[in-house]
Amino acid sequence: MRTDYTLSQLDVLEAESIHVIREVAAEFERPALLFSGGKDSVVMLALAEKAFRPARIPFPVMHVDTGHNFGEVIEFRDKRLAELGVRLIVASVQDSIDAGRATEDAGRWASRNRLQTVTLLDAIEEYRFDALFGGGRRDEEKARAKERVFSFRDDFGQWDPKNQRPELWNLYNTRIRRGEHIRVFPLSNWTELDIWEYIEREELELPLVYFAHSRNVFERDGILLADSPYVARGDDEQVFAAVVRYRTVGDMTCTGAVESTAETVAAVITEVAATRITERGQTRADDRTSEAAMEDRKREGYF
Amino acid sequence: MDILRFATAGSVDDGKSTLIGRLLFDSKAIFEDQLAAVERTSKDRGEEYTNLALLTDGLRAEREQGITIDVAYRYFATPRRKFIIADTPGHIQYTRNMVTGASTADLAVVLVDARNGLTEQSRRHAFLATLLQVPHLVLAVNKMDLVKYDAAVFERIAAEFSAFAAKLDISDLTFIPISALLGDNVVQRSANMPWYEGPSLLHHLEHVHIASDRNLIDVRFPVQYVIRPHQATDPGLHDYRGYAGEVAGGVIRPGDEVMHLPSGFTTTVRGVEVAGQPVPEAFPPMSVTLLLDDDFDISRGDMICRPHNRPAVTQDVEAMVCWMAGDKPLTPRSRLIVKHTSRTVKGIVRDLHYRIDVNSLHRDESARQLGLNEVGRVTLRLTQPVFSDPYTRNRLTGGMILIDEATNATIGAAMITDTR
Repeated sequence: MRTDYTLSQLDVLEAESIHVIREVAAEFERPALLFSGGKDSVVMLALAEKAFRPARIPFPVMHVDTGHNFGEVIEFRDKRLAELGVRLIVASVQDSIDAGRATEDAGRWASRNRLQTVTLLDAIEEYRFDALFGGGRRDEEKARAKERVFSFRDDFGQWDPKNQRPELWNLYNTRIRRGEHIRVFPLSNWTELDIWEYIEREELELPLVYFAHSRNVFERDGILLADSPYVARGDDEQVFAAVVRYRTVGDMTCTGAVESTAETVAAVITEVAATRITERGQTRADDRTSEAAMEDRKREGYF
Repeated sequence: MDILRFATAGSVDDGKSTLIGRLLFDSKAIFEDQLAAVERTSKDRGEEYTNLALLTDGLRAEREQGITIDVAYRYFATPRRKFIIADTPGHIQYTRNMVTGASTADLAVVLVDARNGLTEQSRRHAFLATLLQVPHLVLAVNKMDLVKYDAAVFERIAAEFSAFAAKLDISDLTFIPISALLGDNVVQRSANMPWYEGPSLLHHLEHVHIASDRNLIDVRFPVQYVIRPHQATDPGLHDYRGYAGEVAGGVIRPGDEVMHLPSGFTTTVRGVEVAGQPVPEAFPPMSVTLLLDDDFDISRGDMICRPHNRPAVTQDVEAMVCWMAGDKPLTPRSRLIVKHTSRTVKGIVRDLHYRIDVNSLHRDESARQLGLNEVGRVTLRLTQPVFSDPYTRNRLTGGMILIDEATNATIGAAMITDTR
């Protein structure tokens, strides 16, 4: 039995996240949890499961599917949600393109990453969601470092970074008008290392792309992209086989792999603890567009 | 490994960004690509040295204007502790941001430029840290290199601050002479100041004792959510009714006699669960589920406490308010929405007793309103009772946020001083 009433950093973060998740379930009518199959959303889903046990998670899970995802990740998603008995809503970027709501990029740099915003905002309107959980962390990126745990979006889905609601103690302002919504980030205070240590402690399963495997890749701007039908590769971009893993998992067109031999969670933790490059800096082409790329996408309603 | 949350207050001129940059850099929390981006931007702007403020100023407007607008949260860890920094802007127009950052902080670092000594700003930062009951305060006297590491300069500032601090309710105050730019006493003890016998700043942050800052005496459990599984497949869960929430005070164990408010009924704790699994006890800041022996009507917004140790149940509260709305002032008769623990009620400002000058601590009893970033003492009348404690006794049952009825904006923070 504990006598000194101490909690580890993972216990404190877990308690804070569960508090946030329960607050949303208590105060909103139509929340949903955004799930990509990435490690952060896997942790967020595990926390949601813990928050309501022995009851089921009282809200649906939504995946914004670019159609350019890793096959392993989609398989993993379906298996995990079936286990939990949670309803899955798939909002498809392909459907948005077919309906003329979004226009596909062309050329070598084409990516559906940015189109996800259109699909996401349309789905929010269609299902009348008033709160959406996202797996964003403040240590990921400098615009995210400024974002509230409960982040207000106007009826265009836009974030106004200069006019955010002050957030004090554990008291969250959940009041909105119809058409507006709140993005909720239960993992705000977690770091990449916390996420991995929690995955190890809780023995959470992850898509296999997070661990070292052999893959055909090519190099573009210092990022290793998987050779796939979704990426237009130039003749100057040579494909080669490498042993890699992914630090982040998103759309195949903008998510890079890192060379790694880490096959287990413990080996990944050792690697993450020693790395000198941020995960987004190493693997995300979408943040390289400009100094304020993330802030600009977030203003438009991106995750 | 535990977590220390600390807020830093001070302007760019005091070297706050440099200090944070150094803490992050020396603890290897700044990554190469972040540093490269900052170096590139500094060079593009023709700045002589790498501007570490660019690491923390994340918004386009902040970089364009060269100022910090909003609270930024930064993370680093040493083998002893994980740290969460609430990096708050120092200027008076950002008082609300400092209040926000301080609300969850275990410790506040107030920076002073050794050449200038105490300023209005340093007094304001110390006042706000104590208003928000940050348990530990560090006065970091920075730029000691620019005063030839002179012990007399440090001693004079420390003595002056001690005299000022006597008027404030500060439980733990530490003075550290540093040079954020050169690293003296930031991570390592400095050889340039052999006369200083205390710890380096990082050593202090790693070792300051925070476990007993929580209230482990007064049991307070605001009911946040009622868990009732409606799963026909498992008859064992048919009668399950769990009261979920974050422990705001005290230690709760199975077998404890507890009281429910507002009903006043008593019952016994049958079980304490985390994620559906029994645990022997619950204490702050755990998020748990309580199972009780008797079933009465308990819902969100109710409070569970001990029969002989109850919070005040009241519709009239006295509070210190920090006003955060720029477009309309707080005046007597202002109508508001008040969120206190898991309870949201309406309220009206009955009286404004005085406005406090956050620089001089002078009380202006002739004040008729509170404007943006102003602090004052008010009486609030609520439409329903809240279950509260003085803020000095418990930050979670003594704090409230004030919300605008029309715009839904958060327009104030209130710290309960007294209940009637």
